[in-house]
Amino acid sequence: MADPTHSDPKLISREKRKTVGDITVDNPRMTCRNVNVYYGEKQAIRNVSLDIARNEVIAMIGPSGCGKSTFIRCLNRMNDTIESCRVEGEIIIDDVNIYGRDIDVVPLRAQVGMVFQKPNPFPKSIYENVAYGPKIHGLSQSRAELDEIVETSLKKAGLWEEVKDQLEHPGTGLSGGQQQRLCIARTIAVSPEVILMDEPCSALDPIATARIEDLIDELREQYSIVIVTHSMQQASRVSQRTAYFHLGDLIEVGKTTDIFTRPKHQLTEDYITGRFG
Amino acid sequence: MGLAAILASLAFLSLLFISIIGKGYTAFWQTYVRLDVHLSADQLDRTELETADYPGIVKKTLRSMFPEVKSRGDKRKLYALISSGAAFQIREMVLEDPDLVGKTVSVWVPADDDVDMLVKGHIERDVPEEARRLTDKQLAWVDALTGEGRVEKRFNRTLFTHGDSREPELAGIWGATVGSFLTLAITLLLSFPIGVASAVYLEEFAPKNRWTDLIEVNINNLAAVPSIVFGLLGLAVFLNFFGLPRSAPVVGGLVLTLMTLPTIIIASRAALLAVPPSIREAALGVGASKMQTVFHHVLPLALPGMLTGTIIGMARALGETAPLLMIGMVAFIVDIPGGFTDPSTALPVQIYLWADSPEKAFVERTSAATLVLLAFLIVMNALAVVLRRRFERRW
Repeated sequence: MADPTHSDPKLISREKRKTVGDITVDNPRMTCRNVNVYYGEKQAIRNVSLDIARNEVIAMIGPSGCGKSTFIRCLNRMNDTIESCRVEGEIIIDDVNIYGRDIDVVPLRAQVGMVFQKPNPFPKSIYENVAYGPKIHGLSQSRAELDEIVETSLKKAGLWEEVKDQLEHPGTGLSGGQQQRLCIARTIAVSPEVILMDEPCSALDPIATARIEDLIDELREQYSIVIVTHSMQQASRVSQRTAYFHLGDLIEVGKTTDIFTRPKHQLTEDYITGRFG
Repeated sequence: MGLAAILASLAFLSLLFISIIGKGYTAFWQTYVRLDVHLSADQLDRTELETADYPGIVKKTLRSMFPEVKSRGDKRKLYALISSGAAFQIREMVLEDPDLVGKTVSVWVPADDDVDMLVKGHIERDVPEEARRLTDKQLAWVDALTGEGRVEKRFNRTLFTHGDSREPELAGIWGATVGSFLTLAITLLLSFPIGVASAVYLEEFAPKNRWTDLIEVNINNLAAVPSIVFGLLGLAVFLNFFGLPRSAPVVGGLVLTLMTLPTIIIASRAALLAVPPSIREAALGVGASKMQTVFHHVLPLALPGMLTGTIIGMARALGETAPLLMIGMVAFIVDIPGGFTDPSTALPVQIYLWADSPEKAFVERTSAATLVLLAFLIVMNALAVVLRRRFERRW
């Protein structure tokens, strides 16, 4: 490229920061259009539009502070807890704008579950950790039904064999990787349609990371998964589509293989080749 | 420097303890005198046992033990060796078992506080008679009684079972202890729920605006208000405006509630703030409402800290005297309070009252009562530590 300013991203003109690639998919699970997020006066997300397909893993990559975490926290309105945060635009799931008026965030957060960066099991027993969601949403009529939900959730999260004899032990006593799978089981237990994962492996060792990645691959058959990651290897291993964020802009979206082999945008190329970030 | 400061404070603390224990431990023993009381049938009419002249019986017994005492003045001095409580003791004994009438019984009755002080060595024998609380004759009588083995120091049960009295040998801290307990019960019952509820509201639900800022500043300021101001407030509001009874634990409890509330609110808010945000996120992430997040997850985690703050607030309330003075809990009350509206006093106020009394025997009782109060405080603080440890291990 002849543009001498490309190495300083802030100097790249607005025109060059328009999203490259196809943001749409057929039969999307969630549709985001023109999403803007502000923290007080500061704009954190600028005009992002993106579809999330069914049964796919979509990875959000980008340098720190690029807004990828902010973006996925919009998808189940976790940003509501931040007082100065303001969201504009449309995020539609099942034909309903989740930022519309009179929307109850409680069922939304059951529908769009979330797994956090650091494993954060409740300081309760393993059983209680998984059973809590179904309990508050009234998903089970009897203890037996609840037991079943706990068992299937733990099985799906690949944790059942390890903990089936110690369900009454505290969840905080498990290893980091087990805790994170427990958190995934807890999310699955309320039968969501979309699972948001905010750097779920950043606090784990490579072996635990590998287990979680395998699990993500299995979970794709039932759920849409949006994963934020700092590891490009991880993004290329687990995701089908990748979205590259940069300073609040969605720069490029595309098939993961395309993004990592033939990036169309200069910024994407700079990032994946390790020139910055 | 720091180490020196710690050592100095430890030295002063141990000095305090040594001084209080050194002065107070003798109060746990009391001198008793054995009397052989003849309960003659002509003095005790079986139909009027309740109103019989028991002091007369005690006096007659003493006269029979020292037949050489003739003059009225000497007799009065002789009677003064035995506590006026002896007559009550014999009365209760007879009322309990009327068959004793007509028999001679041997009973241990409390000696007068001056005799007690003499036996404990607090009265010097070699000072001139007029500068002494006991005359030469009285000394001789006490020596005679001691020679016969009729004088003995026994465990002072009265101190733990009786209310206040003008006579040191009959005075106890039980009335004040019950008063303190009733007062603190009201304080705990009111201040813990109100304090925790306020903290939860302010920390979790209240919008951050000028009003909540104002409330926050006020709470922090209230924590630093001298306690006597709360007493004045209680006097003006609870007694004069609402007309609640004077000297009653219920008013004491209300006043101490006002005093401890800021402490509890501040400690509870700190405990809520200390709950990791990841737990809130986890709960919200599985679709718990704000209410459910707070009550299922945040509050249980913050509770140990809240309990510690409450117990420390309670310990402070237990040691508080000034506000209780203002609402009349400083009155001289002999009866053990039976309810929240009965006149009563509290332990620190009892100490204050005794410290003001001229009798020498009250000096050691003041120290003894202080020891009991300190024991309660240490137990409460230990409880706070234990509760904290226990709950923290669970999480």
